[in-house]
Amino acid sequence: MVNTKVKLCGITLTNPIIAASGTFGYGVEFANLYDINCLGSFSFKGTTKEKRDGNPASRIAEGKNGILNSVGLQNPGIDRVIKQVIPVMKKIFHKPIMANVSGFSVEEYVECVKKLNRCPEIGWIEINVSCPNVHGGGMAFGTDPNMIAKVTRAVKKVSKKPIIIKLSPNVTDIVKMAKACEKAGADAISLINTIVGMRIDLKKRAPVLKNKFGGYSGDAIFPIALRMVYQVAHAVKIPVIGMGGISTAEDVIEMMLAGATAVEIGSANLVDPYVCPKIIKDLPKVMKQYKINSLDKIIGGCQ
Amino acid sequence: MHSMKEVVFKIKENKLIAKDVYRLVLLGDSKDITRPGTFVSLKIDNYYLRRPISVCDVNNNQLTLIYKVMGKGTNALTKMKQKINVLTNLGNGYDLKEAGKVNLLVGGGVGVPPLYYLAKALLKKKKKVIVVLGFNKKEEIFYVNEFKRLGVKVYVTTVDGSVGLKGFVTDAIKQIKFDQLFTCGPMPMLKAIHALKIKHAQYSLEERMGCGFGVCLGCTIQTKLGPSRVCTDGPVYKEEEIIW
Repeated sequence: MVNTKVKLCGITLTNPIIAASGTFGYGVEFANLYDINCLGSFSFKGTTKEKRDGNPASRIAEGKNGILNSVGLQNPGIDRVIKQVIPVMKKIFHKPIMANVSGFSVEEYVECVKKLNRCPEIGWIEINVSCPNVHGGGMAFGTDPNMIAKVTRAVKKVSKKPIIIKLSPNVTDIVKMAKACEKAGADAISLINTIVGMRIDLKKRAPVLKNKFGGYSGDAIFPIALRMVYQVAHAVKIPVIGMGGISTAEDVIEMMLAGATAVEIGSANLVDPYVCPKIIKDLPKVMKQYKINSLDKIIGGCQ
Repeated sequence: MHSMKEVVFKIKENKLIAKDVYRLVLLGDSKDITRPGTFVSLKIDNYYLRRPISVCDVNNNQLTLIYKVMGKGTNALTKMKQKINVLTNLGNGYDLKEAGKVNLLVGGGVGVPPLYYLAKALLKKKKKVIVVLGFNKKEEIFYVNEFKRLGVKVYVTTVDGSVGLKGFVTDAIKQIKFDQLFTCGPMPMLKAIHALKIKHAQYSLEERMGCGFGVCLGCTIQTKLGPSRVCTDGPVYKEEEIIW
């Protein structure tokens, strides 16, 4: 028997597979397909203080082995999520859920975190300071080490749950950002969010995305994500959650060797809705193949 | 709740039937597909995103789809001959409960296919069906005979007048009396139909999709009911729900 358990900020995950925010909704659609309790956890759709309709269509474009999106944090707002959505999630998922929160001011982040303190279903709060699709918020916080530290300190001050800061890859020095989070008291770091990109429609000679730019994700970005996870994991002592282009059990192991304590599966869910249970089923086999008895022993094991 | 299913189909036929338009006939588990106006999404070799395609017909375990080559992805689809991975049973179809005594089905170009399965379903319910099919020109025309074989009256319009009535589908609609209109086609056509101020109408909309099953929020449009996912809340909307 191999051991797939890992510990993330004091909470044990039966396996390191976490479905990533924005690719899993609130779990409802996937719960119709398979028992989502097989997951280590899932991070729910990015939530803001107020309801948001998101950006105008078209919001989706394709790249080679990847997808660009400019959804723009469409969500019903934190109050409705707590009142109406968490009770639904509680019925279909019986492990700690990861909340994902975004904001346009430090106060908004703080307010959402305070409200989530009262939800026993929430295990961790992932703070999205890296959404590339909204102006004056999201990524604006995540590309300035002073701002990222300010948000981290503010949410840490009020949070009763572990705080995970989700980093943007759209920076010149990812290590600087990670260190700023650690110093400000973050309990963990997750990375990477999407990479800003664009596509142009040859017939229309205009951007495919109405918002011009969008976040690129999917298989294509895996090597970039892996490199950044490796750099960050070697620079900070707090746990790192690796994500970006993971679609197989081998990718999971590679990400953990780079230093990830757990991983998030994102875009792969959109093109293969069964990808998470497939990875979870494959993990023990692949572990045996590479002579791994216990997953938590390989974290950062790359020589 | 209608749950989707992942099915690997055998490709029976993938054939050009009009200019840039192909018919894809698939063999495999199709028993969940029962609602006209729904769609499936196809995994194309070497392309990351699936392609959503409306259901043209389903019969036992044979699923018929008609698609137009719009770019590199759909062009690659024309080359597929063996097997194909498909997510089936996606979206909400037309509301057949709203069907009237006389039902007018209006399709424009590649919006024609879902109306075929709809026509069959309405005829099964003993409803009267009239069909208007609009194309740009003769080379683009398909499925006129298939509709005629169902025993329904078919009007064809072409923009250049090469076949049928010269003009747009709206020119034909104006001549017909009906109780409920069902349509699918390009947005300018849908807007032109809307401009006729038809009370009872259902429109199938199109939007770029990420997942096709409601989680990525990539295909959200604003409607009078609020933000709506074309893939799962649509693709069919009623006249009064759409912000025109």
